[in-house]
Amino acid sequence: MTMHVHVYERAWMWAAGVIIVLFLGTLAYAAVAQGLRPPSHVEMIDPRTVWDDPRFAERGEVTQADGSVVVTAVAMTFAFQPAEIHVPAGRPVTFRLTSTDVQHGFQIVGTNANTLVIPGYVSQFTTVFKTPGEYLIVCNEYCGTGHHMMSAKLIVEAAP
Amino acid sequence: MTAALTSKPAFLSPPVKTRRDARLAVANIGVAIGAFGIAAFMALMQALSRANLDLPWRSAGMYYLSVTAHGVLMALVFTTFFIMGLGVAFANASLERNVSYPKLAWSGFWIAVLGTAAAAWAILTGKATVLYTFYPPLQAHPAFYLGLTLVVVGSWIWSLVLLATWYAWRRDHAGRTTPLPMYGMLATIIVWLIATIGVAAEMLFQLIPWSLGLKETVDPLLSRLLFWYFGHPLVYFWLLPAYTIWYTVAVKIAGGKLFSDQLARVVFATFIVLSAPVGMHHQFMDPGVASGWKLLHTFLTFGILFPSFLTAFTVTASFEVAARAKGARGLFDWIFKLPWGDPTVSSVLLAMLLFAVGGFGGAINASFVTDSVVHNTAWIQGHFHLTVGSAVALTFMGTAYWLIPRLTGQELELGLLAKVQPYLWFLGMVLFSIANHVTGLMGMPRRIYDATYQGSAVAEKWQALTLTSAVGGLFLFMSAAFFLLVMLGTVLAGKRTETRRVEFSDTLLPESNRSSVFDRLGWWTVIAIILVLIAYAYPVYSQLQMQTFGSPGYKPY
Repeated sequence: MTMHVHVYERAWMWAAGVIIVLFLGTLAYAAVAQGLRPPSHVEMIDPRTVWDDPRFAERGEVTQADGSVVVTAVAMTFAFQPAEIHVPAGRPVTFRLTSTDVQHGFQIVGTNANTLVIPGYVSQFTTVFKTPGEYLIVCNEYCGTGHHMMSAKLIVEAAP
Repeated sequence: MTAALTSKPAFLSPPVKTRRDARLAVANIGVAIGAFGIAAFMALMQALSRANLDLPWRSAGMYYLSVTAHGVLMALVFTTFFIMGLGVAFANASLERNVSYPKLAWSGFWIAVLGTAAAAWAILTGKATVLYTFYPPLQAHPAFYLGLTLVVVGSWIWSLVLLATWYAWRRDHAGRTTPLPMYGMLATIIVWLIATIGVAAEMLFQLIPWSLGLKETVDPLLSRLLFWYFGHPLVYFWLLPAYTIWYTVAVKIAGGKLFSDQLARVVFATFIVLSAPVGMHHQFMDPGVASGWKLLHTFLTFGILFPSFLTAFTVTASFEVAARAKGARGLFDWIFKLPWGDPTVSSVLLAMLLFAVGGFGGAINASFVTDSVVHNTAWIQGHFHLTVGSAVALTFMGTAYWLIPRLTGQELELGLLAKVQPYLWFLGMVLFSIANHVTGLMGMPRRIYDATYQGSAVAEKWQALTLTSAVGGLFLFMSAAFFLLVMLGTVLAGKRTETRRVEFSDTLLPESNRSSVFDRLGWWTVIAIILVLIAYAYPVYSQLQMQTFGSPGYKPY
């Protein structure tokens, strides 16, 4: 089968192909050279026994020996527990979250810290806050009539 | 195998009873437009709510109910019924034969109507405020899940009827290539049949038994995998009929000829192959899904930009052909020679403009690095109102102006409103979409009743733009109302006229009508299924093997 392709059309197809290869190249570079993979963490938990589970029985910030911080928090309709989180600037902060009821979102406004919180699963990601200040944490996955009330506060403190 | 030798002479074919199929098409499009009207009213309520007007019905419960109704009725009901009506009309006109099994086709229609009524009842009585993504463990009334399942069953019957019609046509026209309008509809049907396996599994094995109390818990992550396996190709189910209209109808009305028939087929075949194995780019922020699979889906997602780039060229070039035929000579003056006053042509041109922006936004969403900034923010609703809300909805409205008079044998009434309507939609959508993209970048979540966050200083900065999006919403509602008035006026008071035919664009250069590799739709489907298995079989299998904890249902609404 011979296919007639106009010369402009051919040029456009090549240009479109090049743009897509550039897009993919950027992503491949990010994934391989910079180690930026799609966020993921696979860990299960029984959503009906979250409060008794040793991983979530105590919530809040724990500073590790190396100065990094682990924040444990629970999402529920329509609040985060704890409602106020304090972390140091410039240090790695690992968030560990789960839900006791429906799906929620956890988004720190003004940063790229953003994860879904699904009952039965533990969400975990690590980030560094460069700028001290007060940040708004919001739920960004519809969870019921009080969805828009579901928020918390993150205080990033200048590192000592 | 030349066409002339093997196909039956035309005079042996049964006469085409156009009126019979036209009634079925009009019934489907009528339900679509009714759903559109209710959904547009729901959007008006959201716009007024966004503008912080203290109206008597304004409450959080009402807001989330209206978001659910708007999403389900626009994205699932309006689109599906419109596409079903369009498919019947296009099969009839492009194959020049009646659709097969008319009684079966009507029973499919009534099943889908019954399903829509059940789901709409559950939503409007406040028993299913779970949004159109219905993520468990938010739980709705069983009528919601059963109703939506019946809509899908009705669409499956429609798919089978059109496939049977095509098989019958092929038997009579061995060796001939499928006419492009039908080719576009067949691609739509194949994408739809592959996609709906996911949502059918979610409904039958998880949500229906769970909402009836036969099953105590469901795994919400398995639901998300199945939902997004369906949810992304769903957008191509909406988009491919719009592309078919751009290629075969809009170009014709503008007075142009299709720049290339073969490349249009490349586009549709690519969509068949690549539509489904990309759904995990909606789940970048999900726990529980391994990173490598998200990466594979990302790469495949970018492949699917290619056919849309081709479409942008071919359709634009075909419009240029139209303008040059009218005497345009310069580099850009052809743009102004296009019939911008024809509501079908202007709808498609404006839809294409908005879709170009929406397409690049889609590339941003599909890159996991940038998605983490915009995921589940207002940016997302800004994005999909450019794609499904403009490229698709505006095209369908413009198509109705052309198609309904041809199906009912009436003149289009209130033509001035029809002329203005696409521009109002464009203006409203520009305001709405820019405001939502920007507030999304500023971190405002999507789908929130109240954006003040107890007086938060960050949220304060969103307020001027939320008002802009509300103003955009008012323009959009005005545009929707104009469209409904034109449709009602035409059907109720349109002058009877001699029936005009549904006609499609010719190609610029004579092209062979011999069957080609693109007509081997079975093979394209097999390739699509292989890719689906590569992209989904292992993740779904391992999800089923892992020890997971299910969730009971919640109704916090």
